Amino acid sequence: MMKPQRPVGLVGYGVYVPRYRIAAREIAQLWTDGQGGLPVDAKSVPGPDEDTITMAIEAARNALARADLAAERLSAVWVGSESHPYSVKPSGGIVAEAIGAAPWVSTADFEFACKAGSEALTAAMALVGSGMADYAMAIGADTAQSRPGDALEYTASAGAGALIVGPAELALATLDATVSYVTDTPDFFRRADRPYPVHGNRFTGEPAYFHQISSAAKKLLTDLGKTPQDFTYAVFHQPNAKFPQAVAKRLGFSDAQIAPGLLSPQIGNTYSGAALAGLCATLDVAQPGETIFVTTYGSGAGSDAYALTVTEQVEAARGRAPMTSAYLSRQVFIDYAHYAKWMGKLVMG
Amino acid sequence: MEVARHWRQRATRYRLEGQRHVRTGEVRFPARPLTVGEQDGDWEPLRLSGRGEIYSFSVIRQAPDGFESMTPYPVALVRLEEGPLVAAQLTDCVEADLAIGLPVEMVTRQLLDTGADNLLVYGYKFRPRLVATTERL
Repeated sequence: MMKPQRPVGLVGYGVYVPRYRIAAREIAQLWTDGQGGLPVDAKSVPGPDEDTITMAIEAARNALARADLAAERLSAVWVGSESHPYSVKPSGGIVAEAIGAAPWVSTADFEFACKAGSEALTAAMALVGSGMADYAMAIGADTAQSRPGDALEYTASAGAGALIVGPAELALATLDATVSYVTDTPDFFRRADRPYPVHGNRFTGEPAYFHQISSAAKKLLTDLGKTPQDFTYAVFHQPNAKFPQAVAKRLGFSDAQIAPGLLSPQIGNTYSGAALAGLCATLDVAQPGETIFVTTYGSGAGSDAYALTVTEQVEAARGRAPMTSAYLSRQVFIDYAHYAKWMGKLVMG
Repeated sequence: MEVARHWRQRATRYRLEGQRHVRTGEVRFPARPLTVGEQDGDWEPLRLSGRGEIYSFSVIRQAPDGFESMTPYPVALVRLEEGPLVAAQLTDCVEADLAIGLPVEMVTRQLLDTGADNLLVYGYKFRPRLVATTERL
């Protein structure tokens, strides 16, 4: 496992979910005559003026408010996404400028399918943990693409999570250790200049999601000398409702442990935002002394696992920004026609 | 292309940065260059809170170039907490949600997509306050 030389933790966290939803049954009516099972109840849809950058900005502002920290004190703003609005021009530069962290800041855009945000988190742990900086922000945000009628269309959604890493003594939750596990597993990919990704159907399950997550999670548990019962909560990447529940059960975590962070049934798969937003939702309810086990997943493929311990600072911090539930409850359902228009799925000729 | 024009406005649009007079405390938005009789240092940059309320509003149905696909969309004059009156688009709401005096907050959104070989322009809009929105639902 990897541990920083200087103890670190989260000093702020923030989430963002757009207000719009499309029901999975609305999509199924169009493509399958409403037959067959549905992977989620609904998914979040970005409004016509929203993208990865705008969602990252709001999540980042929420994280700064919780940390009660001036943006100028951030030494890094790193944005993980597979839907950066520009192919060339950093999202991080716009986010850093908007929140007031520019110009004396490191920014970069991370890419690793659904775990781009946690790549940024591990890097932020290292930057602060080495003593190079006091504060670094890691963001995961996505407006995920999906081909009309594809299985992904039921789940590929939009959302963001932002985490500020700082010294452990100021943290609302300490980041105790992490592992990263990566293999070349082509379960899901999108070639340059293609509008929609493709996936390997059943190949996305056992050799991809379940293998990477199980490998990373078991390694961190073994290295820490702990069992799933030693943690109060667990969060897993959530591409649908079933996978995170299944992998939790296999590893020995209970439904109750994953319940606070399981957002996919309501909002779908927010890709780089998914595990981070699940962690944020868990921090919304966690009490001092409780522990959280997080394992992310990105296609291609790999997983990062983290062990956190919640501190007394969480109680003062969480009320300084909107809770995840405030974003989840403001749902406005739209029909497939509006969804297709807003997501650019209509070819205008 | 109007890259320079958009770039110059980034502090105003991204951070709602205005100015405060160092002696009188008067706040103005957007920031303006010095005029006759003013000295360098009279005004300092001030990041506004983004909280305010709707002073007046309307709904745009005949939109200017670049905004056609968004119609109908609400716009408002927003009275900010610090005093200035700002004209802006509203987002995450429809006409029926709006009323004079409604508390709103600033969010950063895409203002304009100026074309596939050009910039995405980001800036401030206002929305009904998130917590207030939740309470109404």
